[in-house]
Amino acid sequence: MSDPEAHGLSGSRPAGGGVGAIAGRTSNPEARHGSAGARPSAGGVGAISGPPLLVTEDVSVRFGALLALSKVSLEIRRGEVLAIIGPNGAGKTTLLNVVSGFYHPYEGRIVFEGRERTHLAPPDVAALGIARTFQNVALFRGMSVLDNLMTGRLLKMRGHFLLDALWWGPAKRQELANRAVVERIIDFLEIQAIRKTPAGKLPYGLQKRVELGRALAAEPTLLLLDEPMAGMNVEEKEDMSRFILDVNSEFGTTIALIEHDMGVVMDISDRVAVLDYGRKIAEGTPEQVRKDQAVLDAYLGATRG
Amino acid sequence: MTETFPRLVRDNARTRPQHVAMREKDYGIWQSYTWRDYYEQARLIALGLASLGFRRGDKVAIIGDNRPQLYWAVLGTQALGGVPVPLYQDGIEKEIAFILDHAEARFAIVEDQEQVDKLLHVRARCPRLETIVYDDARGLRAYSEPFLMSLEQLQEEGRKFSIGHPSHFEDELEKGRADDPAIICYTSGTTGAPKGAVLSHRNLSVTARNAAEFEKLRADEEILSYLPMAWIGDHIFSYAQSILVGFAINCPESTATVLHDLREIGPTYFFAPPRIWETLLTNVMVRVEDAAWPKRRLVRFFLDVAQELERARLSGRALSGWRRLLYPLGEVLVYGPLRDNLGLRRVRRAYTAGEAIGPEIFLFFRGLGINVKQLYGMTEASVFITIQRDGDVRPDSVGTPIKDVELKISDEGEVLYRSPGVFQGYFKNDAATRQVMLEGGWMRSGDAGFLDAAGHLKIVDRAKDVTRLADGTIFAPKYLENKLKFSPYVKEAVCVGQDRPYVTALINIDLTAVGNWAERRNIAYTSYTDLSQKPEVAALIRQEVERVNTSLLEDDVLRHAQIRKFLILHKELDPDDEEITRTRKVRRGYIAQKYAPLIEALYGERDHVEVEARVTYEDGRTGTVRADVRICEATAAEGLR
Repeated sequence: MSDPEAHGLSGSRPAGGGVGAIAGRTSNPEARHGSAGARPSAGGVGAISGPPLLVTEDVSVRFGALLALSKVSLEIRRGEVLAIIGPNGAGKTTLLNVVSGFYHPYEGRIVFEGRERTHLAPPDVAALGIARTFQNVALFRGMSVLDNLMTGRLLKMRGHFLLDALWWGPAKRQELANRAVVERIIDFLEIQAIRKTPAGKLPYGLQKRVELGRALAAEPTLLLLDEPMAGMNVEEKEDMSRFILDVNSEFGTTIALIEHDMGVVMDISDRVAVLDYGRKIAEGTPEQVRKDQAVLDAYLGATRG
Repeated sequence: MTETFPRLVRDNARTRPQHVAMREKDYGIWQSYTWRDYYEQARLIALGLASLGFRRGDKVAIIGDNRPQLYWAVLGTQALGGVPVPLYQDGIEKEIAFILDHAEARFAIVEDQEQVDKLLHVRARCPRLETIVYDDARGLRAYSEPFLMSLEQLQEEGRKFSIGHPSHFEDELEKGRADDPAIICYTSGTTGAPKGAVLSHRNLSVTARNAAEFEKLRADEEILSYLPMAWIGDHIFSYAQSILVGFAINCPESTATVLHDLREIGPTYFFAPPRIWETLLTNVMVRVEDAAWPKRRLVRFFLDVAQELERARLSGRALSGWRRLLYPLGEVLVYGPLRDNLGLRRVRRAYTAGEAIGPEIFLFFRGLGINVKQLYGMTEASVFITIQRDGDVRPDSVGTPIKDVELKISDEGEVLYRSPGVFQGYFKNDAATRQVMLEGGWMRSGDAGFLDAAGHLKIVDRAKDVTRLADGTIFAPKYLENKLKFSPYVKEAVCVGQDRPYVTALINIDLTAVGNWAERRNIAYTSYTDLSQKPEVAALIRQEVERVNTSLLEDDVLRHAQIRKFLILHKELDPDDEEITRTRKVRRGYIAQKYAPLIEALYGERDHVEVEARVTYEDGRTGTVRADVRICEATAAEGLR
């Protein structure tokens, strides 16, 4: 650990990281790999080997005449942080929606944990252990942060009308157990001070964090984040990056995220997949993708051959 | 006498094993630890350290927020004859590196990843540091450094070690002597590098016990342990007195939840530097301003009644009749609910210490019926020198000496004291020790003050700060600054005037209060810097400055040192920039140097000045802030003589 810079980038707290850290990361794409000793990521934990967690095979999605996704094949490997990038309208959110069951592909297959899951509805997908956040914050604005997080536990609860109403016996035990899980998440995301605050009153950056918390409350195997850092300032992005990395390393959660900030993408992801016009044009480590000609063309608007 | 803190905790663990010694809010619930837990946990930490080859006299750096685990670490270290060295948890790397190296710490027991990262950075500069132990493993699982271990691992090692050495802990505990060093507290110091004050078990226990008896503390007190562990005050209140008296300490959930936790705990014994009292006052005032006008009028009316009454009571004047009749109504309508809301309903005694408190702030809280008292103390004296006696509180004095403390005033007007709490000296800094320690055990306080006829100590200012204007007018900067800081809109102020024609002030606005004020008036702003230079804000602050000028007329000596010009600083004074100390004392010399162009402008003709300020981020990197700072004039008040 002779390289102090690499260390500072490896997920120090936001306070420690300071404001310039993201810029530092951007200018030094090797930083993450340089800091592998501090936070082994791809390949370091050893969890990424073995069969992929989720595979999309030649998935196509059509909205009328518009082909939103065209034969996209993608692997999400167990334990990794995968970033999905691409210009606006490239089909990133559509891909996330297909994985989480909001849309169903008109062709292709989705395999999760070795079993085909192409046509499941969102609740069933959630029950399998896939949780997500939304591009636009979708919290219950009038409910407290705590209650919002508790909704993330709904799938883990078994209701009984009478017992729940009386809050007695198993109903009480169940709520306490779920509350304990939620409290751990509150502690993890450092939102103790806003536990009882209505979600709608919070600043945007915190709402995003609460939304991440709600997704985590479901104890997902696969976490899908749709632009977790959109509209945030540098400091909030720094915080969020750390939380994403911490979720990945503490809970071993596999994370697929859509993000536009290349600095963040290059720094926190193990692998990057690039979409353009509904097609996957590249996939690989941040460094490979950065040098990929097709990616440069898509982003820089080179003439298409 | 062989009284050491580890022995005292052992006694507590034997005599009252099931009583709660500490609580910590964790996962939303107050988790309790009994005296037996306290002792047992510290024992395992000590044995763990022993398994790593701990020798008597070794120093252990302790860094983090107030956590039971860190108090155990302090106890465990002392039990082995070691010396804990608590550090400010928000210290930047430069400070931490200096102290670790200077204290020759072999071990560091820290809270979490933030602190571990800092230590990993400075490790190269601290060759003696062997092992870093952390409590919260969050984010640290993948760190593979061999010298890094979790507190659980350390305690597990301790458990194994105790099998081969069943009597090691008790043996080491028995070797402890009252005159062994118990702690090294590094004082941030308004000048120069930090100095490590070495205090023995006897220093701390005698002084803490004298103060506890003076205040008749009981084993059922509750306190909130929220001030930095590196501050001697926390060590006395949360550690020494808690152990001696046997009362429970409560560690807040996080720094952001302190005010909320305060209300949940409802402490009976509370201490806060003026800074915190100011924050509480500002929060109250902001909420009052936000209330509908009938409520606002009502609250303001009754607060005025309470302050007038308290002012009269403290100065021994007759209480006006109608106000006395109104007070019970105010108690029901305003004071009681406000006390409850602040979490100070159960407070039997509260201290303000560390710095002089503005008399208005003091009156405000006393007026509410909270027994706030001033305390005069220093690290080098194991805190307590004087305390205001119940029923004999005066706004302008810091009280009378507690048992075993002697006071005298030197020929130069400096306060000197002598007590059993006087420290052993600064660690590895005899030159500095000789500067403060005089013949016969007398200690220099560095404060200018005098004893009044009733034996109350009055502090005027830091001895070196009381100066004169160019025309010979006496000028006490802190006195003015405290008056300014009574305003909820003023967070920090620095007054300048030595050898100058008139007094000027550099002012920091309070972002919460002024931001709220601006929002209510539809004044848009983008940043602290932007808000600070709004003409409306300048006008607001001018009113506050003129209010201070008017109130100065009450003081015969200082009435001529009125503020003629001021400016609002474009950035907050920050300990990371070395402008104030970690305990929020203004470092005048440094500010005078750093803001020299601004100060010159205050004595010039221009109405604005461009500045560029260097800011230091928490990780030690620096950046610059540019701004155009407005120079404002204030009218001096003319009073009738």
